[in-house]
Amino acid sequence: MMNAFDQPQTILVLGGRSDIAHAIVRSLASSALKTVVLAHRGGGPVEVDGLADSVAVHCVAFDAANHAAHEAFVAGVVADHGDLDIVIQAFGQLGGPEVNTDPTAAGDLVDVNVTGAVSSGLAVAGQLRAQGHGVLVVLSSVAGVRTRPSNFVYGATKAGQDAFATGLGHALAGSGARVMTVRPGFVRSAMTEGLDEAPFACDPSDVAEAVAAGLRGRKSVVWAPGVLRYVFAVLRIVPGFVWRKLDR
Amino acid sequence: METEQRALTGWGRTAPTVATVVRATADELGSDAGLSATVGARGAIARGLGRSYGDPAQNGGGAVIELVPGTDPIRIDSVTGLAHVDAGVSLDVLLREMVPQGWFVPVTPGTRFVTVGGAVASDIHGKNHHADGSFGAHCTQLGMLMADGSHRSITPRSDPDLWWATIGGMGLTGLITDVSFRMIPIESRHCVVDTERVPNLDALIEKMEASDHLYRYSVAWIDLVATGKHLGRSVLSMGNHATLDDLRELNPKAVASPLDFDPAVFPDVPSGVPNVLNRLAVRAFNELWYRKTPQRHHGTESLTGFFHPLDMVGQWTRLYGSRGFLQYQFVVPFDAVDTMRTIVAKIADAGHASFLAVLKRFGAESGGLLSFPKPGWTLTLDLPAGVAGLGQLLTELDELVLGVGGRHYLAKDAFATPEVMRRGYPQLDAWREIRDRVDPGGVWASDQARRLELI
Repeated sequence: MMNAFDQPQTILVLGGRSDIAHAIVRSLASSALKTVVLAHRGGGPVEVDGLADSVAVHCVAFDAANHAAHEAFVAGVVADHGDLDIVIQAFGQLGGPEVNTDPTAAGDLVDVNVTGAVSSGLAVAGQLRAQGHGVLVVLSSVAGVRTRPSNFVYGATKAGQDAFATGLGHALAGSGARVMTVRPGFVRSAMTEGLDEAPFACDPSDVAEAVAAGLRGRKSVVWAPGVLRYVFAVLRIVPGFVWRKLDR
Repeated sequence: METEQRALTGWGRTAPTVATVVRATADELGSDAGLSATVGARGAIARGLGRSYGDPAQNGGGAVIELVPGTDPIRIDSVTGLAHVDAGVSLDVLLREMVPQGWFVPVTPGTRFVTVGGAVASDIHGKNHHADGSFGAHCTQLGMLMADGSHRSITPRSDPDLWWATIGGMGLTGLITDVSFRMIPIESRHCVVDTERVPNLDALIEKMEASDHLYRYSVAWIDLVATGKHLGRSVLSMGNHATLDDLRELNPKAVASPLDFDPAVFPDVPSGVPNVLNRLAVRAFNELWYRKTPQRHHGTESLTGFFHPLDMVGQWTRLYGSRGFLQYQFVVPFDAVDTMRTIVAKIADAGHASFLAVLKRFGAESGGLLSFPKPGWTLTLDLPAGVAGLGQLLTELDELVLGVGGRHYLAKDAFATPEVMRRGYPQLDAWREIRDRVDPGGVWASDQARRLELI
């Protein structure tokens, strides 16, 4: 249960190796935090730096592409750890250059980034609705706001996830459960290592601060950094030839 | 029986959860189609007027029962003052009926808008705790709806385990349906009150130690914005119920109809007001309020003015803005008065605006396994929930409180952890054992019970 300062006791991370998710967990950590469940494909031990010893970190196996298992997975976490105060949907793959041309690779990416996001999101939503409280934090991306030619398949998966998340948020209105969709720009993390930085690049800790502030303000959409909201208000309407030129 | 799905918070308006609110009489709930039909996997909890500050009367995803009083909700033996009252009756309703007959409740908190059931479940205290103890100490019988759907009537003798697990048990042992307790006789709707400005904390502690026992009611309001040599400056207010002789001397106009009782209710504070109780406003208010108090005053005050001043402003908590606020109340033993001093200094130094803190000396424990009051100093303060860094401050205060054997009040709590609970309430395990026995299936559940791992 959240306390009066909206500090969570239990956090579940789907995609438990995500740098951004770890930074969010750190930013939400307080004396109230008891349990962090890190769910990722291997299920092996993962550490979150900077947490107090009093926080129990559990690592469990979770396959984002195994849609049929998601409902039972969430039920299992709840049986072991009780109500979920915050769930961070942080899994997702960037895919190599081949996803823009190889149908099979692209399909696999969709399986994880979209279908996995929808099925696990619904499984989580069912639990949050049943407990009458809790927030699903969905790590979307500005890549889904307007897809770029150089990574349009990845962008399309993020657009799908984003549309699902915002719609789910509306569907949950009045249930006590909420969804917060997070749209970071380029984040310097393990996932983007070796890539050229885009303008307005930020660190996982910047995203985490935006998420923490968004939770305090009960926001439904958060941009990180915040200025991207205005940048993309323009970018989403610039003519196609300009948009193609901007994509290096 | 009416049901409605609704978001609920406590009086502090923090941490909302959605539950199915059920309005029903005890008889409706006790019928075959009653309790079992109402309670799902997430259980049920009673809710009176929602005056607990945090989440004890919330039950996210489950049922929250608002008990509707029966057809004859208030009965009193006009000789002994023994009252038998339905649990859903508020002290407001009770006092409006009883004061004109010359009876007052044995214990009242700072508001009339609590129910009798809530008074038992929180084992509430008032300004007379040092003299009369908590509400539970005045109760003689409880009617309860148990987890298995049966009705029971218990006394401290018939079932001491269940009795002392229920007094202060936050509604987690069963639904309290009706309560017998002793009212106290009064001659007027006034109190004789001595009010005094006290320049600092040391002087206040000395005065309270020296003079508490001379009065039935005693409390001090501390300005927690003042620091340095003004640290702990306060207004000490001590009183007794006014007799007719007192009125003749101090308030002759009131003698003609001494028991008229019809407290005014002013319009609510509108919703959507931003947090106006910021540091500057609170500082100005506290200053003004201290200055307007005469150095020393002896006179009469109405019951409302003395006991329930904030009731005159409906929905005053809206003044804290949309993020709400929390109330922090703890008790430390008398021998830990230095810890209390340290805490007052820490709060004042931290500079968070606290709108009037209240200091009081507690008397004996009631015997409730989870009852809050025990002999010592209790301090209560309001803090806005939207201020960053307050959690850190309260965690430090928790440690100081627990370190000297103190604890926190569950009816105010919206911040404690299972660890803080366990250390503050050494009889928690004994309570759990009884609760598991009377409710093996976990029917009674609340957000607070989940948060503090009470169940």
